[in-house]
Amino acid sequence: MSVVPISWYLVLSAILFGLGIVAFVFKRNIITIFMAIELMLNAVNLAFVAFARAHGQLDGLVFVFFVIVVAAAEAAVGLAIVISAYQNRQTLNIERFNLLKF
Amino acid sequence: MSLPFVLFFLLAFVAVAGALTLILAREPIHSALALILVMISLAVLYLLLGAEFIAGVQVIVYAGAIMVLFVFVIMLLNAGVEERTDFSKLATKYVGYPLAIFLIIEFAYWMARSTIGREIATGTAANTTSVSTEALSRMIFQSYLLPFEATSILILIAIIGALVLAKKGE
Amino acid sequence: MDFITQHAVLVVSLAKIAVLLFVVMTALAYLTWFERKVVARIQSRWGPYYVGAHGLLQPLADGVKFLFKEDVTPPAADKFVYVLAPFMSLALALTAIALIPFGPSNLLVLGQPVFVVANVGISLIFLFAITSIGVYGVALAGWSSNSKYPLLGGVRSSAQMISYEVSMTLSVVGVLLLAHSFGFSAIIENQRGSILNWHFIPQIVGFLCYLTAAVAETNRVPFDLPEAETELVAGFHTEYSSFKFAMFFMAEYANMITVSSLATILFFGGWLSPFPDSWTFQNFLPALFLLGTAAYCAFDTVVYMRGIARLQFAVVTMLAGGLGTACLGLAIFKPEFMPYVMGPFWFIAKLLVFMFFYVIVRGTLPRFRYDQLMSFGWKFLLPVSLANLVITAFVLIVRHG
Repeated sequence: MSVVPISWYLVLSAILFGLGIVAFVFKRNIITIFMAIELMLNAVNLAFVAFARAHGQLDGLVFVFFVIVVAAAEAAVGLAIVISAYQNRQTLNIERFNLLKF
Repeated sequence: MSLPFVLFFLLAFVAVAGALTLILAREPIHSALALILVMISLAVLYLLLGAEFIAGVQVIVYAGAIMVLFVFVIMLLNAGVEERTDFSKLATKYVGYPLAIFLIIEFAYWMARSTIGREIATGTAANTTSVSTEALSRMIFQSYLLPFEATSILILIAIIGALVLAKKGE
Repeated sequence: MDFITQHAVLVVSLAKIAVLLFVVMTALAYLTWFERKVVARIQSRWGPYYVGAHGLLQPLADGVKFLFKEDVTPPAADKFVYVLAPFMSLALALTAIALIPFGPSNLLVLGQPVFVVANVGISLIFLFAITSIGVYGVALAGWSSNSKYPLLGGVRSSAQMISYEVSMTLSVVGVLLLAHSFGFSAIIENQRGSILNWHFIPQIVGFLCYLTAAVAETNRVPFDLPEAETELVAGFHTEYSSFKFAMFFMAEYANMITVSSLATILFFGGWLSPFPDSWTFQNFLPALFLLGTAAYCAFDTVVYMRGIARLQFAVVTMLAGGLGTACLGLAIFKPEFMPYVMGPFWFIAKLLVFMFFYVIVRGTLPRFRYDQLMSFGWKFLLPVSLANLVITAFVLIVRHG
């Protein structure tokens, strides 16, 4: 085979997604957690593009386009919220945001 | 060991190394740089898969605008070194890390073993022509016109939301 | 020999990269000389005059100075990012030059186009992608210096760059509507004919928006408040010394060359000549220009120069005269080789016009204040670019039914 099989791209996408989940769970800084979310979105984009190539259809690429746009909007609002949260608690450690904790 | 394989392994290695640096870095700015590296290597992977326009959009919008936003916030909030967790350190080291590694291996294993993956593994992937931007834009503006307009309204809402949040913070 | 024909792509690409790197580095050095001379003349003084004849060896002296200066690193700086930032700036600026076609892409050697290193169909998107990543060089330089003024200068510079990048991208879409392709070769082919076919005539508003946004994007006067010497000490490159500072400098000039080349390709026909192809006298223009320069240098050597400067200028005269005679011989006896010469000649001539414009603007205009700069970018330039795009699309639909 002279082309890379599509399943290899899917395995890479799965590994990146798993690493994103690990980063999301283990890190304490809000901004780093946000970046882990972006990593997960990127892994999903890779899976979409791989599937679009495999089936020969363009719908996967249209989906990737929309995921990128939605991620942009989400990042803008999310970071504005992070800045407001920082101005309230003066810390970026997510374990300090525990006022609603039982 | 032809060129597509070498390129794929190189880019996959860079992407995974970037993701690992995101997890293991002590300063948030290094994590941000690692994520930019991941995004650029994914853009080259999209080029390998024939999606030229999407690769361009990934770099221009994702790596060149969204991550700039992240870098600005990190620089302006002066986010310091990553702090230690309040949780039990032993639990993190002896239960957390092994479970995390097991999760990643399990994902990769089931993805590699799935029939969907293998069925389409050697399918129309042999077709190596690139997707033309004209075909992609035809699809966006004809079949997917409603989601397109909806995302434009979404961006407008995001702009207004960010402005309101920034004003209230003062 | 067999190895060369089998791996033609690799060998020819490496040769092109080597030649281009050498030419671009020399051009960057002499661009600094050009700028200092022209700005000095605008300010009624001579500029560099002593180092070589007419200051022509000044870039060499500057290079030696930069290499031998002491390399000071701020103690609390983030080492990795501090070293990465200038490398990133320079590497990205030089990568963008690989996409630029200096001549027709159908002129081949060993099956590969001669005048363009990377002849891809998405050149424009790729170039904008490189410009987008170039913002990080500035932002990270400001951050990693761990000091107030560079941080402020870096944040302001990068905010300015991302603001004007939007207008720059939008003002170019009008050209894309006319040319129906992202590749530079196709865009230039669409302007074939004479100067009346070039895109700056139907897209004059787009051209002016692009030029303004490009000057702001490269952090040049009048948009250079974040790095001006009288303002924020020196902006994001305050804490950099010797070679790293030289890299930022070179990156700025390489960015200037890139955006000027883009303006030439998109709006002024790239390597096409302004005269219609049927006017054959244009084959003699390079020879005319070079022999004219040789005549001026000969006059200067004989009448005004003294001492070692006289020797240096005699060498320059002989070089220019030799090249001029070669072009003349080529034009008279072997006209079929002329496309190899005329393409780069016209491209470099237009590029020099844009460089001259950049330098004249630097010498003449005062700089914008930062809030004036940002409000101009978002409240004037972006709506004008958008209006240009909408009106172009509307006119195209009405004309073609």
